[in-house]
Amino acid sequence: MLMSIDHIGKSYHAFPNPPTKVLHDVSFNVDTSEAIGLVGESGSGKSTIAKCMLQLIRPEEGSITYDGIDVIHARGEDLRRFRREVQMVFQDPYGSLNPRMTVEELIGEGLLIHKLEPTAAARRRRVAEMMEMVGLNPDDMDRYTRSFSGGQRQRIAIARALVINPRILVCDEPVAALDVSVQAQVINLLQDMQKKLSLSIVFVAHDLAVVRHLCEKIIVLHKGAVVEQGTRDEFFGNPQMPYTQSLLAAVPVPDPIAGRARRAARRLETAN
Amino acid sequence: MPDKKDMTPVRAPLVTVENLMVDMPLGRSDKHVRIVDGVDFTIGVGERVALVGESGSGKSLTARALMRLDRLARLSGRIDFDGTDLLKLSDREIGKYRGSSIAMVFQDPMSFLDPLMTIGDQVAETLRIRGVGRAEARKRGLAVLDELGVDRAAERLDSYPHEFSGGMRQRVVLAMALVGEPRLLIADEPTTALDVRVQDQVLDLLDDVSARRGLAVLFITHDLGVVAGFAERVMVMYSGRLIEDGEVASVFTRPSHPYTQGLIKAVPRIDQDLGTLYAIPGAPPPPLARPSGCAFHPRCEKRFAPCDREQPALLSIGRTRVACHLHDKRGV
Repeated sequence: MLMSIDHIGKSYHAFPNPPTKVLHDVSFNVDTSEAIGLVGESGSGKSTIAKCMLQLIRPEEGSITYDGIDVIHARGEDLRRFRREVQMVFQDPYGSLNPRMTVEELIGEGLLIHKLEPTAAARRRRVAEMMEMVGLNPDDMDRYTRSFSGGQRQRIAIARALVINPRILVCDEPVAALDVSVQAQVINLLQDMQKKLSLSIVFVAHDLAVVRHLCEKIIVLHKGAVVEQGTRDEFFGNPQMPYTQSLLAAVPVPDPIAGRARRAARRLETAN
Repeated sequence: MPDKKDMTPVRAPLVTVENLMVDMPLGRSDKHVRIVDGVDFTIGVGERVALVGESGSGKSLTARALMRLDRLARLSGRIDFDGTDLLKLSDREIGKYRGSSIAMVFQDPMSFLDPLMTIGDQVAETLRIRGVGRAEARKRGLAVLDELGVDRAAERLDSYPHEFSGGMRQRVVLAMALVGEPRLLIADEPTTALDVRVQDQVLDLLDDVSARRGLAVLFITHDLGVVAGFAERVMVMYSGRLIEDGEVASVFTRPSHPYTQGLIKAVPRIDQDLGTLYAIPGAPPPPLARPSGCAFHPRCEKRFAPCDREQPALLSIGRTRVACHLHDKRGV
């Protein structure tokens, strides 16, 4: 077990409104080189959990442990190691990359901060390697991100996260902002990187078909609580909770006959 | 054209679009960019058509051109609505079509509703503008909300949007569009901002209303999955051009254009085997950098000699129309 989330609870305070509790007693584990999907509708708390796992916000209740480090209270050397080994990729590659930095600066920033490559030449070499690995052309190293498409920017964001050899990659809706024809490229890249680098991936998404494709373990959230967790086969083959079943039944299928049949069946059920 | 007979829709045409071009100003300069580059299609009375495309494909601008919503857009071609060329009307005359003959629902119901106006007033507004009396407008508004399954609609006419859930708000927006009894409803990504379960309810609702009223629907989306169970016909746009148009069953099971084929294979499905997803290489081009010939050719695995030079025409093959040199048998 690499990371464990134990009974965490979190409230948001928006004065003068009373505090709203957004996470209730959430627990799960992340094992080495496994891909976990956190799924739920908007407002279910899935992004809040991701933020807690990255120590971007701190839960008031419970604890989070990463490889012996108490994440919520980590400081100094512990926090530095945690920051190096747990990385993130965000939804919007237009907003998450500084437009004033070149691709080399963006991807190499982590190496500089964590003092992993002492010389500029070594950093440049490492950035080139990384670009190649995620399917970018190293010749584009000195360009700025404005000339890159959404899919290429997300590749830059992934390279930036992976360059310092993290053990966990937390991705918050990494393909939701991309064009449909480009989403598959990024999904395949994440899958490929996970296998190649024996990386653990925590994948936050609302699209169940994408999650099914990428993750072997699924955690379903509803109103800030875990309603079901299980392996891919358990979850998609035999969902236990009515909420999960209704979620699965509503996923559109890109096939006119199957799509219509599913819809008819569902409406019959609601009518009865 | 020998296939002409096959192509004639079973339904009488309601809207016929011919060689539609939409040019948008480039920044503040006098230059214009051609976003929609010569689109032809027909929508029959009561027909449900999906217009599918990625960002920058021109799908929204094509639909918005039907109502002439973009003041800065330069439109050319012909848009025939039940015998009238909408592009020839004055601004005043087109105003009479908006909301009454053609209505539109947008992506985000939250930003479409006025937070300071009651639901009843907002739904009735379309009618009030047309001179319908207050009591009559309210009555008809109530009838539409009832039809759309808003619970206790009579009591809630005086509520405000914030008192409604996301799905209910989308019903209110739909009621605003339907109260003028349009013959064509343009739905621009109406379910994109919604969670899957709510998305589903909205689709069921559109399904019912369209069937009951004989309402034609033009459904704009980037998500092929959403339209499979809803539309009768699918039109696919790429870089400002229509590249495929066919019945939903044939487009999904036997897509003709390599782009449509790729798009269908690239979407992960909840009911199919896992494995590496097929990915179309590259990214959709921006309108300013539209490739020569067939705009898809740099990404196409099946490209051959004429593709980068000659723009393929949209030709009929049976009941499908497709713009691809692979299917162009004229020269062969």
